[in-house]
Amino acid sequence: MDIKTLLDNAANRRSLLKGMGVAAVGLTFTGALAGCGEKAGKKLANGEEGALNLYNWDDYMGETTLEDFKGASGVDVKMDLFENNDTLFAKFRAGNPGYDLIVPSNDFVERMVQANMLEKLDKAQIPNWKNVAPEFQDVPYDKGREYSAPYTWLALGIGYRKSKVNPAPDSWKVLLDSDQYKGRIAVLSEAGDMFRLYAKYMGKSVNAITPADIKTIEAMMIKQKPNIAKFHDDDGQDLLAKGEVDLVLEYNGDIAQLAAEDDDVAFVIPKEGSQLNSDNLCIPKGAKHPKNAHAFINFILDAENGKKLTETIKYPTPNAAAKALMPDSYKTNPITYPPADLLAKCEYAKFNAELQPLFEEAFTRVKAA
Amino acid sequence: MAEQDWKQQKRPFAAVATVPLFWTLIFFLIPMGFVWFYSFGRNVGLTEIDIVGTLDNYKRATEWLYLGIFLKSLAVAALVTLICLIVGFPVAMAITFASEKWRPWLLLGIMLPFWTNLLIRTYALMIVMGQQGYANSGLGALWNGASWLKTLVGLQPLSTWEPLPLLYNNFAVVVGLVYVHLPFMVLPLYSALDRLDKSLIEASLDLGAGHLKTLFKVVVPLAAPGIIAGVMITLIPALGAYLTPDLMGGTDSQMIANVIERQFKRANDWPFGAALSFLLIYVMFALIAMQGLRKKTGEVR
Repeated sequence: MDIKTLLDNAANRRSLLKGMGVAAVGLTFTGALAGCGEKAGKKLANGEEGALNLYNWDDYMGETTLEDFKGASGVDVKMDLFENNDTLFAKFRAGNPGYDLIVPSNDFVERMVQANMLEKLDKAQIPNWKNVAPEFQDVPYDKGREYSAPYTWLALGIGYRKSKVNPAPDSWKVLLDSDQYKGRIAVLSEAGDMFRLYAKYMGKSVNAITPADIKTIEAMMIKQKPNIAKFHDDDGQDLLAKGEVDLVLEYNGDIAQLAAEDDDVAFVIPKEGSQLNSDNLCIPKGAKHPKNAHAFINFILDAENGKKLTETIKYPTPNAAAKALMPDSYKTNPITYPPADLLAKCEYAKFNAELQPLFEEAFTRVKAA
Repeated sequence: MAEQDWKQQKRPFAAVATVPLFWTLIFFLIPMGFVWFYSFGRNVGLTEIDIVGTLDNYKRATEWLYLGIFLKSLAVAALVTLICLIVGFPVAMAITFASEKWRPWLLLGIMLPFWTNLLIRTYALMIVMGQQGYANSGLGALWNGASWLKTLVGLQPLSTWEPLPLLYNNFAVVVGLVYVHLPFMVLPLYSALDRLDKSLIEASLDLGAGHLKTLFKVVVPLAAPGIIAGVMITLIPALGAYLTPDLMGGTDSQMIANVIERQFKRANDWPFGAALSFLLIYVMFALIAMQGLRKKTGEVR
């Protein structure tokens, strides 16, 4: 419990920038800015200046990836960070604020395509596309992968402290519909995710929720609320690490990072199945350096570069060639790569413009109840 | 000097006022104007807003669900202000009556946290208040110490220490807001108390009033303008608090600013968010207007 804890708290994918929205701070890695002025005039072989503006999640880039890319291509990457998809979307509503490459999740790829915010990818500029694992070559949220290249994938599940949770949970019940661990539970504050997981618990598809289901689920959530300590903004692994709670709803990658340091932490995808997510590299409309952006996508999909990236961020990778280079300790880690029979029960959530406001209002009612 | 009215000094006044007025116009009134127009709009698709002059957003914003959240926010802000006043008044008194040598240091002590980033301060407070934080480990050590003392005299030891849930509830939100807003209260109180003629206090004490009576009959009425300024300057930002309830609150700690934030981000419903924002602004205007009216009647008297 000292300044290091404070810094550690800040050092994970989605928690640092949480709440910083109030100060509207965009963190900028200025290292890449150093030579900017003199570079501006110089053109690369592809006819673009040597610059790329990347808008990424926090702690979601390889330690040396940006330097390696500069060495390989002469392009200075300037990376800004966002805290969640909603911030990303809100920023692009008023037009592209100057980014060449962004990292939206699957449902936001759908949403941004619908809102006409994304450029189509030119696969001819991405020869390393062949390294993408077969199941990520074509995905329901972007038919034919016209707009998005896979970056990572994630699955929601229950992260828990083994010494405090007995027997090991195998159902959403312990989180969503039971007072067994009263006050020791944290779940996500994303309205959509919560409603979809309740649907899973009730045996429905995450994409088959009706307004009547929302009513039912709302009542279940209000009933469960006294047992929940916190609706967290995707910093559940911190709450688990600090002993604030013993069970969290979190993404497998976040729990894998914690479990690497803490033997007492485990992760399970409940038997009812769960929701999958995937983060994607996309080029927004109005990008000034689309060729550099393609080159960067190609660079990430390279086997060796993808491996270095995965070594840092520890998420499941859709880059098959990179995964093949990773050590067994990563490839067989049951948190990172959950058992196939459980994964088979998981689904991607489709973006649903009609239900989203209903989810939000119902969640506001739950919080106000 | 009393007649330095701007009406007689139009040119210098214009020279001084143009820049701030221009600033206010460009960076405050025009953007707020857009938001105001949005509040009469309707979502079309994912990114377009049609300004159709509808009052639907306000109708929805005045539903009981949102009014309830407004009232709750007001109640939390009022409680925070009251605690700030109770804690801040003695602090301001202490600074006023401290020796010349100590006063700047005490003021610095009040100001120092003020200069630290709000997010850092909040995270620091969260570290102190966590289940395994300093507060809980300190209390745990005392508890175990007491338990050990009991065994020493041959009594049953106390039951094992269970950490208190200090964080992630409404208590934490109030503590966090008091912590953040205390300087807002202390500074106006200090400036009011500092100007107070101390001979009046001596007179009151000499003429037989007790300390408490002197405090409530002499000091408080004389410091009233400072108290009102402090209350306003604490109540208004506390009402719009966003970060503290978000980070330190529990499952039922949302305040109106959190709901507004969700409209602009997660719900992607800017017109409704705009309507809620303007309702909040109107409440704040009303509070400021009340203070203005009070001042006027005070001057007449």
